[in-house]
This record gives sequence, C-alpha cells and structure tokens, in this order.
Amino acid sequence: MPVRTYLEAITDALREEMRRNPDVFIMGEDIYAYGGSYAVTSNLADEFGPERIRDTPIAEGAIAGVATGAAMAGLRPVAEIMTINFALLALDAIINHAAKVHYMFGARIKAPVIIRTAGGAGAQLGATHAQNFEVYFAHVPGLKVVTPATPADAKGLLLAAFRQDDPVIFIENTGLYRTKGEVPDGDVIVPFGSADVKREGKDVTLICYSRQFLTAMQAAEQLSEMGIEAEVVDLRSLRPWDAETVINSVKKTNRGLIIEEDWQSYGIGAEIAATVTREAFDWLDGPIERLGLVEAPMPYARDLERAAMPSPDKVITRLREMGVVR
Amino acid sequence: MAVATTHKPLTKAQLLHMLRQMLLIREFEDKTAEWYARGRIAGFVHLYNGQEACAVGVVAALEPQDILMSHYRDHGHALAKGAGTKEAMAELFGKETGLVKGKGGSMHFFDYQAGHWGGYAIVGGHLPLAVGVAFAYKYKKESRIVAVVMGDGTTPNGYFHESLNFAKLWEAPVIFIVENNLYGMGTALAVHSAVVEMTDKVCAYDIPAERVDGMDVVAVYEATRRAVEHVRDGKGPYFLELSTYRFRGHSMADPQRYRDKEEVAEWTHRDPILHMRQKLMEEGLLTEKAAKKMEDDVKREIEEAVRFAEASPAPPLEALTEDIYASPVSANPEAAIISTPSA
Ligand SMILES: Cc1ncc(C[n+]2csc(CCOP(=O)(O)OP(=O)(O)O)c2C)c(N)n1
Ligand SMILES: [Mg+2]
Repeated sequence: MPVRTYLEAITDALREEMRRNPDVFIMGEDIYAYGGSYAVTSNLADEFGPERIRDTPIAEGAIAGVATGAAMAGLRPVAEIMTINFALLALDAIINHAAKVHYMFGARIKAPVIIRTAGGAGAQLGATHAQNFEVYFAHVPGLKVVTPATPADAKGLLLAAFRQDDPVIFIENTGLYRTKGEVPDGDVIVPFGSADVKREGKDVTLICYSRQFLTAMQAAEQLSEMGIEAEVVDLRSLRPWDAETVINSVKKTNRGLIIEEDWQSYGIGAEIAATVTREAFDWLDGPIERLGLVEAPMPYARDLERAAMPSPDKVITRLREMGVVR
Repeated sequence: MAVATTHKPLTKAQLLHMLRQMLLIREFEDKTAEWYARGRIAGFVHLYNGQEACAVGVVAALEPQDILMSHYRDHGHALAKGAGTKEAMAELFGKETGLVKGKGGSMHFFDYQAGHWGGYAIVGGHLPLAVGVAFAYKYKKESRIVAVVMGDGTTPNGYFHESLNFAKLWEAPVIFIVENNLYGMGTALAVHSAVVEMTDKVCAYDIPAERVDGMDVVAVYEATRRAVEHVRDGKGPYFLELSTYRFRGHSMADPQRYRDKEEVAEWTHRDPILHMRQKLMEEGLLTEKAAKKMEDDVKREIEEAVRFAEASPAPPLEALTEDIYASPVSANPEAAIISTPSA
C-alpha cells in the first residue's frame, strides 16, 4: 500500500472526487492563489483552476452559508474554513441552517455540504488560534462530525462524506498533517459511525480521536514496556459515534480513559463516559476517566502550552491514579 | 477639548521623532525575524516592515490618552503608541516580563498605560470592541477617542460593515483605519473585494472617508489630524485608507507565490523610512551624521531589548491557571468549578 501523509491523503480524496464529479468544487480563504494555508489545495489549483478552487473573502459566515445554499441547489461544495477557530463565525450558518433545512422543511430539500476545517493546539498560537471545537458541532442533530487521526481514515472518511447527503463537519488537526501512514489505493470508504481498534490490549481501554490518537499510541507503547497492554480505540467519527465498539472494549478491559485535546467540561468525553457507564456498568472496575486540556485559555509561552496539553506521561499518571498502573 | 485646532506645522523635533519611531519599528521587526529563525520566537508572527509610516503617522496625531487598537500585525502599533521595546521583545520570547506576561505572544500585544489596547487575531473581531470603547468615552463625556486599525482583507467581513453602521448610528468617537497593503494574506484586493475603493465602500454609512499615501508619514499624520478633529468634536466616526505594502510575507511561513518580484521591488523603492530620511535631509533638518547616530541608537535599544528578553524568566507553571477570572469564580472559593481534575 502506498504511504501518504495525512495532508496528501486529504488532497487525494478531493482530487479523486473532483475528477469523478463535476459538481464538486472547493471554496475558502487563500486556497487558490496562496495555495492553502496548510497547502491541502496547492496541488489541486493547476488541475482544476480558479473555477473549482475558489478563493473567497474573509467572511466565514458567508462561506458556510453560500456553500450550504449551493448544496441545496444540487452542487457538492466543500467549504474550507481555514481553522476551526474561525468556524465560530460560521456557527450560525452551520447550526441554524445547514443542520436544519432538511428537517425544518419537511425533508423537501437536502444540504450535502462538506465543511473542512482544522483544529489543534501545540504550536504556540495562543488563546484564539489553538482551539478544538468538535463538541460544538457534535452537539447538534442534523450534522455529521468526523475527526480522522490517520491518513487512511482521512481519505476514507472524506470519500464517505461525498457519498451521503447530509452536512458533514470534517475536522482535521494541524498537528497531524505531516504524519504518514499506508493508504489503500482507490475508492476505499471508511463508514461514518465506525470506531477502530487501533491497538489491541486487555488491561485498559484508551479512547481517543484526532491527534490524541498519537498520545494514546505513545502511552500504550510505554505501558507495554511496563507490562500493561492498553487497547486503543480511535473514535474517528463523533456524530454518529460507535458506542458498541467502545463498550465491547471496556467490557473486555474493565477500565477506560478518554483522551481529548479539549477542555473536558461538558465535552465529548463526558458523553462517552455517561454512555459507557450506563451500558457497561457491571463490567467496570472503576469510573471511566477523562484527560483533557487544563481548563484555561491557551497561553503562548511554550512551557505553559505544553503543561496545558495531554501527554503520554499524563496518561500514565492518570492510569496510576486509577490503579491500572501500580 | 484637549486638542488645539490650529494647524501648526510639525516641528523639527516631531519630524525627527517620527523618523526614529519608524527606524525603531523596522529594527524591532528585523530582529524579530532573526530570533524567530533561531527558534526563540514562535507562533504566528506577522511583521510590519514597509507599513511603519501608518502606525507612526497615526499615533503622532493622537493624544496620549487616546486608545489605539489593532490586528495581529501589531508590533508597530504597540511600539508607536509607547509600549517598551524590552517588554515587547520579552513577550515574543514568551517571558514573564513581557507586555502580557508571555500569555499572548506576537499577535496579542497590549499596553494599558500606553493606550495600545490590543492586537487581535480574529479578523474583524476587534472592530466592534473599538466602537464599544469609543462609545464608553462618549457616554462618560470624556474627550478620549479611539483609532482602530485593520487590513484591506477585513473590509469584506460582516464585522466591518456592522461596526461602521453601529459607529455612525451611535456617533462613536472612533477612527477606522484600513492599512491597505493590497492583499489579505495571499488573496489580492480585487479577488476579495467587489469594490476596491475603500472610500466607496464606506459611503454607504455616511462616514467621511479619505485615501492617503501610507508610505508618507507626514501625509498620514495630516490626514489623521483631520480625522481626530472631526471625531473629537463629537461629529461621529471617520475613515482613513492608508495605501501601503508589506515588504515581507504575510507571516513567517509564506511562500509568496501570489505576487511577483517586480511588484515587490516597485514598492520597496517607496520605502517610507528612506523617503522620510531623504526628505529631512533635503530640507536641511537631518545630516548624514545625525542619521547615522539615530540608527546606531535604535540598534542599541533593540539589542538591549533582546538581552532583556533573553535574561528574563519564563512564566512559572502556575501562571497557566492564573488570571482566568478577574473575580473569585464562586461564592465559596474552595468549591471547584471543575468536577474532575483535568491534567
Ligand atoms: C475570522 C478569521 N478568518 C481568517 C483568519 C486567518 N487570517 C489571518 S490574517 C488574514 C488576512 C488578513 O488580511 P488583511 O485584513 O488585509 O490584513 P494584513 O494581514 O494584510 O495586514 C487571514 C485570512 C483569521 N485570523 N480570522
Ligand atoms: Mg492586507
């Protein structure tokens, strides 16, 4: 299987789908002349030109709204919101309209818009540029939210987004763009709502999504040297999410820790913990625990930012507190 | 009203000060680039080279108590308004002695006393804040005014139009300033804006608007003075477009594929610092020797700033969770608001 970076895998999916379907176009800030702020579209500009790789003004509300409207009229728009921090300006279009038109108008119309955006902390970008807002979208009925962690999943989930008719929030992570992995050739789809057991283990389940998958795998390796085998479950998709895979894993390991690159108050981990606790209560040897960002706006200074983030060491410390590591 | 309305020409001392300020900002930016390349400054850094006449000309026309707010390309605005070079450099180095204790970095300079009330990194997000600050001064019948700086790429944004309309309706004492450097990141003006004449965009809000050569610090000063008089007289908002150009990339990681070398060269010829230096010499206000001394002074000041930044301590780890709230979060300060430990 060819090895691709996460970034290349996304570009590949876009290219393949744009070749297949002339109704697919991409719109966003600095995606054509500049080449994309993370260069996802730079290799598409020549092939598809400014008609299909469309530069927009800095107007996120309109970007999301225009893309939604174009989707209502039968196109397959991909709107790139440069980073998820700026998606706050598009929340109204996404939540009040993209997510609602199908239901509110009695299923008379569909809005199959794909909103691609990137979250991620860890590059000293400060309080307004290092956030992760998956939960804002995952909260909303009518949206589908996916958060791939590997190149293969990025490609497979993006292709899946094109083969269904609901608005999809496709959330990348800037800390993953350069990571590499094998990606199957061609039109291989990863279905929404399917978690993936990325590492098998019997002692504890580490539940993660997006970039914290890397933290989980690193922690699992360190744990293995300590004689503890962690199972790593990558959610991949947050709405819908694959409760069954997570529950089955926890039934096997009897312990679970969720790792998220976000404040945990009212978060993704809270949702998972509540569900797993209800469904696997009798199998649990202790509460499902969570590890997230320290609850503070993200500071600029390097050591402070590091201290705010989850890390393999913090995973192990938490597992020690849980009695999994002795 | 604090400001005289007579149009006295700028004094020699004022003109020389303006040149020095521009030199100081240029040197600060060049050193910032150097220390960024050495890995000691990080994050998103947007340099101001080429646009120095804008900040310096604007601030020269403001009073010390007036407020300046700007976007993430904010080093020049903060320094022109009076922020210390040491504290500014320490901020870039992420140190406790920085302007905002190492919490903000390049995009979020802030100096309460100097009246630079922030660099903001969400495009357009600071415009309504500026209208609100200005409104507060009007409400309190203070003679202070606000100048708020943005780029051309901000003018297609909803915040821009909402803020102009609001300011006019509430007669907020605010000067909107667009530093038009012809690009929003890598997207050219004509690609991001249906109407490229800023003054035409603004006429919908019945706000007086002027277009000014932003490479000429004196022209910027003169225009800002007109704006200041109008605004301080209680006549409502004013708008200035300063035509300028950034000599470096949008941020430190910009391949600059969207603009050609000839265009960059053409604008570099119009360097606002060289322009001013030459003008002052022609008018007999500056000698080669005095210019050299000024340049050396500025270099020394920035070197000292770097030394100060390097020697300063990093913020202690406890700072991470300090200053999140200004008041106690709960009636019972012992009670946790967070139900589980987060790290
Ligand atoms: C709401 C929002 N969208 C996108 C960005 C990313 N971004 C940062 S600066 C910039 C270009 C702004 O251009 P302009 O207003 O002309 O200012 P300049 O950088 O030229 O000074 C973009 C797109 C952002 N910071 N905020
Ligand atoms: Mg600009």
